[in-house]
Amino acid sequence: MSSHSLFGPLDPAVDAGWEQAPGRKGFLTDTSVCIGCKACEVACKEWNAIPSDLGDGITGESYDNTSALGANTWRHVAFVEQSTPPAPAAPPAVDLGMPTLRAPDADAKPEFRWLMSSDVCKHCTHAACLDVCPTGSLFRTEFGTVVVQDDICNGCGYCVPACPYGVIERRAEAPGDKTKNAGIAQKCTLCYDRISDGDLPACAKACPTESIMFGDVDELRERGQQRVAELQEQGVTGARMYGDDPHDGVGGTGAMFLLLDEPEVYGMPPDPVVTTRDLPRMWKRAGLAAAGLAAGAALSLLGGS
Amino acid sequence: MVPEAEFTSYYGRPVVKESPWQADIPAYLFTGGLAGASSLLAAGAGATGRSTLARNSRVGALAAIGASTFFLIHDLGKPSRFLNMMRVFRPTSPMSMGTWLLAAYGPLTGLAAAHEIVGALPVGTRKVLPSVFTRALQATGRPAGWGAALVGPAVATYTAVLIGDTATPTWHDASGQLPFVFAGSAATAAGGLGMLTTPVPQSGPARRMAVGGVIAEQLAQAWMTRSMGLSVQTLHEDRAGTLLRLATVLSTAGGIGVVLAGAVSRKPRGATGAQLLSAVSGTALMAASACTRFGIFHAGQASARDPRYTVVPQRERVDAGHPVRSDRTPPGGG
Amino acid sequence: MAECHPVGFQWVMEAKRKGARIIHIDPRFTRTSAVADQHVALRAGSDIVFLGGIIRYILEQEKYFREYVVAYTNAATLVRDDFRDTDELDGLFSGYDPETGTYDPASWAYKGVEEYAAAGNARKPSADQSAHTDRAAGDTHGAAGAVGHGHSQTTRDETLQDPRCVLQVLKRHFARYTPEMVEQVCGVSPQDFLSVCEAVTANSGRDLTTAWVYSVGWTQHAVGVQYIRSAAIIQLLLGNMGRPGGGIMALRGHASIQGSTDIPTLFNILPGYLPMPSVDDHPDMTAYLKTVTSDTQKGYWTHAGAYTASLLKSWWGKTATSDNDYCFSYLPKISGDHGTYNTVTRMLDDQVEGYFIMGENPAVGSAHGRMQRLGMSHLKWLVVRDFQLIESATWWKDGPEVRSGELKTEDIDTEVFFLPAASHVEKDGTFTQTQRMLQWHHKAVDPPQDARSELHFMWHLGNKIRARLAESTDDRDRPLLDLTWDYGQDGTDEPSADKVLREINGWQVKPDGTPGPLLSSYTQMKDDGSTAGGCWIYTGVYADGVNQSARRKPGSQQSWVAPEWGWAWPSNRRILYNRASADPQGRPWSERKAYVWWDEEAGSWTGHDVPDFPADRAPDFRPEPGTAGPEGIAGDDPFIMQSDGKGWLFAPTGLLDGPLPAHYEPQESPIRNPLYSQQSNPTRQVLKRKDNLSNPSADAPGAQDFPYVFTTYRLTEHHTAGGMSRWLPYLSELQPQFFCEVSPALAAERGLVNGDWATIVTARSAVEARVLVTDRIRPLTVNGRTVHQVGLPYHWGQGGKGAVVEGDSANDLIGLTLDPNVHIQEAKAATCDIRPGRRPADHQVRGMVEDYISRAGITVETGNTLHEKGDQS
Ligand SMILES: Nc1nc2c(c(=O)[nH]1)N[C@H]1C(S)=C(S)[C@@H](COP(=O)(O)OP(=O)(O)OC[C@H]3O[C@@H](n4cnc5c(=O)[nH]c(N)nc54)[C@H](O)[C@@H]3O)O[C@H]1N2
Ligand SMILES: Nc1nc2c(c(=O)[nH]1)N[C@H]1C(S)=C(S)[C@@H](COP(=O)(O)OP(=O)(O)OC[C@H]3O[C@@H](n4cnc5c(=O)[nH]c(N)nc54)[C@H](O)[C@@H]3O)O[C@H]1N2
Ligand code: SF4
Ligand code: SF4
Ligand code: SF4
Ligand code: SF4
Ligand code: SF4
Ligand SMILES: [Mo]
Repeated sequence: MSSHSLFGPLDPAVDAGWEQAPGRKGFLTDTSVCIGCKACEVACKEWNAIPSDLGDGITGESYDNTSALGANTWRHVAFVEQSTPPAPAAPPAVDLGMPTLRAPDADAKPEFRWLMSSDVCKHCTHAACLDVCPTGSLFRTEFGTVVVQDDICNGCGYCVPACPYGVIERRAEAPGDKTKNAGIAQKCTLCYDRISDGDLPACAKACPTESIMFGDVDELRERGQQRVAELQEQGVTGARMYGDDPHDGVGGTGAMFLLLDEPEVYGMPPDPVVTTRDLPRMWKRAGLAAAGLAAGAALSLLGGS
Repeated sequence: MVPEAEFTSYYGRPVVKESPWQADIPAYLFTGGLAGASSLLAAGAGATGRSTLARNSRVGALAAIGASTFFLIHDLGKPSRFLNMMRVFRPTSPMSMGTWLLAAYGPLTGLAAAHEIVGALPVGTRKVLPSVFTRALQATGRPAGWGAALVGPAVATYTAVLIGDTATPTWHDASGQLPFVFAGSAATAAGGLGMLTTPVPQSGPARRMAVGGVIAEQLAQAWMTRSMGLSVQTLHEDRAGTLLRLATVLSTAGGIGVVLAGAVSRKPRGATGAQLLSAVSGTALMAASACTRFGIFHAGQASARDPRYTVVPQRERVDAGHPVRSDRTPPGGG
Repeated sequence: MAECHPVGFQWVMEAKRKGARIIHIDPRFTRTSAVADQHVALRAGSDIVFLGGIIRYILEQEKYFREYVVAYTNAATLVRDDFRDTDELDGLFSGYDPETGTYDPASWAYKGVEEYAAAGNARKPSADQSAHTDRAAGDTHGAAGAVGHGHSQTTRDETLQDPRCVLQVLKRHFARYTPEMVEQVCGVSPQDFLSVCEAVTANSGRDLTTAWVYSVGWTQHAVGVQYIRSAAIIQLLLGNMGRPGGGIMALRGHASIQGSTDIPTLFNILPGYLPMPSVDDHPDMTAYLKTVTSDTQKGYWTHAGAYTASLLKSWWGKTATSDNDYCFSYLPKISGDHGTYNTVTRMLDDQVEGYFIMGENPAVGSAHGRMQRLGMSHLKWLVVRDFQLIESATWWKDGPEVRSGELKTEDIDTEVFFLPAASHVEKDGTFTQTQRMLQWHHKAVDPPQDARSELHFMWHLGNKIRARLAESTDDRDRPLLDLTWDYGQDGTDEPSADKVLREINGWQVKPDGTPGPLLSSYTQMKDDGSTAGGCWIYTGVYADGVNQSARRKPGSQQSWVAPEWGWAWPSNRRILYNRASADPQGRPWSERKAYVWWDEEAGSWTGHDVPDFPADRAPDFRPEPGTAGPEGIAGDDPFIMQSDGKGWLFAPTGLLDGPLPAHYEPQESPIRNPLYSQQSNPTRQVLKRKDNLSNPSADAPGAQDFPYVFTTYRLTEHHTAGGMSRWLPYLSELQPQFFCEVSPALAAERGLVNGDWATIVTARSAVEARVLVTDRIRPLTVNGRTVHQVGLPYHWGQGGKGAVVEGDSANDLIGLTLDPNVHIQEAKAATCDIRPGRRPADHQVRGMVEDYISRAGITVETGNTLHEKGDQS
């Protein structure tokens, strides 16, 4: 196992052995223009025929009644009500030397804001879910995305705790029910079927405000960074990119986000790491421990009875 | 204890998902350890002429690995597709590696145990069996036993990698030391089984293995808890805390029992008492090992449910200006 | 807008990306507020004060677009000397009759046109209007709103100094709408208010425009029409009408709700906004046209005769001739208010036998759900056409009144027919959206099983009735038998929507009376029977024999105005009155805002859009004073449908509750009106009935029992009464339960817990809802006291077959008090009580409500005094 392929920047499709990869495809979800309409959630469910999940009524958590990404929610729109502005945060404004469009207006800063953000599988460069999958059900497509093959997955559930973003989930199976793909790991396919035909992913297609942009990851990354600079300049100091750094803990993500606050505010990890980065060390330790066990066993033979 | 950390989350909802695994998986961790270490013990016992211990351990290993396989399959969302595990050989997937280990280990253990069982049958009964079979067993039983002993330690410790290689905070944070904890725990269990099943006069290695296991496990756990960080809290709380405290009590009691059993057995007419003590302690030790596995399992599940264990350490890294970056951290980790 | 028009909202977001400033004015912080630059929370029902405050600011600070205002509006026009304003009459305009609760608008007229006004104003109070339950309101006004006798010749003072000129009237009228008053009535701080004033004025002028967008947050009030009038005044003062990026956008509701007023489902208008004739006033077409238009007014509305004759020709074809007034007598005539709410009260009084419900769910969606359902139980028959077995189809077995035992299924005599309906993807047809644009949709799939389109149903119903009457010699059956009713598709029993569209477009009538070539423009319509057309404003949708509404040329392949996408009435114009986008000399106000301009060389108007003006009318053209009709339009009269060619800051005619907006408190309000002694709209339509009680307001005894303001609204996740969302699992799971939104302060005051239940009570009913405690709802300080608001989405109902989710209905809480002009219900502002916990069991709910009613001392008179006499009057 080449240690390189467990961590650091790389082109995942090429790394996976695709010879004529069409270029990595992904999302940029610009939460600054999201209006929380949930069209993405519904479009995804419609297209992928995902079972509905009525739950026990409202959650009392703003307008979010689907709560999290999971087996039956591959796009999830988070609603965050903030009563006080968070401390002007994180990344320093990039000075592009452009004239300011509007003077930062202290009065215009809202003392209350309602953040909305449509979350989805990150299609990690180093996808822990895929790394740990023992059946090869999860695989890397030619677009660099990560997809479950429903007919291969045996529902071992290993990918579930492996994902550092809490995305993938095994679909619950009530005894006797005929729910499609019950017992099988489920998550966004980045509409593999649609993009293979040159179509937009259903969620991106449905998004009225172009909060969800689909395209070449490199190009989206640039677009996102530009937009962050723009927003920063307009005084939106919290604007930042998430997942755009190929040197981050998962090697950057195929689905990137433009956030207005810290990722954990939206339920996303602030510094996720692909678990398999540490796997070589774990194997070494396990080897040592096994050797120790053997040695101990040998030692136990010394002595009477 | 680490002080309560301030952190932000989305309505307190988890960031990472807890594994969908039920009791099957900690049971699998336990039985795997028991089997692996038992194979080792059996091989040693066999080599040193402790045939009862060898036989019991071999049969024990087979039973344990059989249970283990059952648990593994039972836990699958689609058990009928167990064989899909055989589609790939994937070093990045501890479960894949574990499956291949089991695939190697299971038959070896089976052969070794069958050899023992057949060997223990009354001659008359043995004659009923086809001679090809008995001859084949004769030829392969012993080497299979050695083979199982060779693979056994890996079977006992790889499960630490299995759960360590996740984003579950407690498991991942513990992954550096967990193999040692599991190795110790496996030794404890196998030793315990030997003590339970084998007459005291032959079970010296089992007793020593058990005590060694207890000591190793305690040391490794101490090391682990020191290096884990915030998620260590989950080892002390709730169900996990109870189980792990119970594990300590049981292994301490078991350890004392071992020493006593040794002492009593040297007393005249101490044999029966010693045997009883040995059996009770052995059971306690096996239970201790199980409690450790269940405890660590539940600690991990709890750490995944509470976003604090995911968010706080990551936030601290970021705030300290040391987020994980590939150009700073050598590839492959340290 | 983000909540209810998310697809349209993409353009707002695009504008924002380009630097536009978005301001959202709403009692609640919504998804729209979330992405707006500024959110202004105000008390529901107080917008006229807010908007009036802006008008005052514009006038006081001289921020109006003077050149535009002088030339294009009636700011300079003088008003009659005997007009008295609300500031003189303490909240009333001159002409009020406290007996009937109506105005005689004669004194609101322009100066110098007294004689006309006296002679022929469209509407005079008729005898039965004193009942307040039974009047036809502004129904006799057509597209231009009203007749403008003598408007071709008005008296103007272009220095705007004359105290009787409209601008001076406006100044006096709005003088009391100060920032302090805004704070006191709306609960909006002066800083917030002034920042809106500054933004709106700074972003208007030659180079910039401001647009106002509204929907039912402004309309569903007993003074709803005047809310919109307030915005119109602002836009005219700032020069934002008829220009790109300006205007007042009414966001319409259902997919073709615009279409359903153009070709109306309303009782009081005919297609193209021609008024419905009335029994009293319109014995014949001449009498009718006299009240529709006038030969002493300007503009195209003077051609109403051609539009009417063409309409009648399209309906009665060969039978309609000049000799028989084009079958004018065949038209049904109205005798009063036949609006939906009045009809419900008539049902309750056993005056209505049968009822068709097609694409509506009044048991849940209409105000006062209880009256709706009880009303239906008095019918002999009821036909419901819908996709689902909605509550309006099943109330007789599972409605709240059946659950409570008040109605017993076996005692209900109503025969209910349910007919499954085809959806829009299962039939051809058009949608007319909010920009007046028609878009053709092709049938994509066959409707399932027995489901059929409305067209199919109506056509066959017509065929069946006509077959039954075929032998009849009774005159009353002639209108049905003489109808042109040929919509079959090549002789099959499938009707053709295309045929309907052709008829709507209209054609030349061949000498033998059969259809000739299709018309291309309504200007071709004649009043001599030589043309036929089902809706004059839609003429041109089939221009050149092409279904223009089916055009789908991508935006990238045409100009930014995109004239080849669909077809907009009239004449495919995308912006109405766009002559105003050029200055009086015909030049664009600025390069940036160039839209339509005068091409001196060609001697015609040209530009990006179809000019909304006589093509060759030079900017400096001035007609002989008194010239009527299109010829009377001066080169600087952009508002060509208006009787004087000007934009109306002051409406001398057409409205029933005053020529200018004045703030009145809602029927149910926590405060006394700080502006006038007159508490509520003195002309509002109250329905004094035992089953329609109002909560006491302000300082009246019993008001303390209903201390909170509530408003109702929509969620993105659901659609109106739920027939199209609560039956769908994917939408239902997104908002599974009826809930109420309250501030943390109110939650603390009443012990409401997030996620638990609360019960909301009015004099009509009590409903239970889950509690959502949120900072998005803010308590306001109004008139010195804290006013808490409760927000209620109105999408849930009880009963119906197969709904994924159900719940109590917000509309059960709402009483019926209506705007006098359009009979819209006041669903956006009322009072209530809220308490923790679930409501009592079904059979005990009425008891709880009765307790409240007796404790608060409510009678049928409560809240229904139309005229409050103040100290000053
Ligand atoms: N998702 C969705 N979209 C829809 C519909 C739907 O049901 N669901 N319905 C369609 C229909 S039929 C229509 S008519 C439109 C309606 O579209 P909207 O008018 O946007 O709908 P509402 O939510 O009823 O009301 C709008 C806002 O008015 C606010 N409001 C209440 N009282 C007042 C007040 O006194 N002043 C001010 N300024 N605001 C007030 C409410 O808080 C609410 O946020 O939407 C259409 N689009
Ligand atoms: N409290 C309160 N009440 C309100 C409002 C409010 O803001 N607050 N808003 C009001 C407004 S603006 C509106 S528009 C009303 C809406 O109220 P309704 O019109 O009563 O409610 P909808 O649920 O829209 O009903 C439309 C029905 O038409 C059916 N349908 C859809 N397409 C077709 C078709 O092609 N043919 C047939 N036959 N049926 C079809 C749908 O299944 C649905 O059941 O609610 C009003 N009521
Ligand atoms: S986000 Fe999780 S599920 Fe998605 S690719 Fe990454 S590891 Fe896999
Ligand atoms: S649950 Fe399915 S997809 Fe996930 S790791 Fe197991 S086999 Fe792979
Ligand atoms: S890309 Fe497709 S599968 Fe993924 S969230 Fe969007 S719609 Fe769902
Ligand atoms: S469709 Fe677009 S705007 Fe709507 S919730 Fe999803 S991301 Fe946000
Ligand atoms: S439902 Fe239709 S009309 Fe309403 S916003 Fe969506 S696309 Fe537009
Ligand atoms: Mo509507």
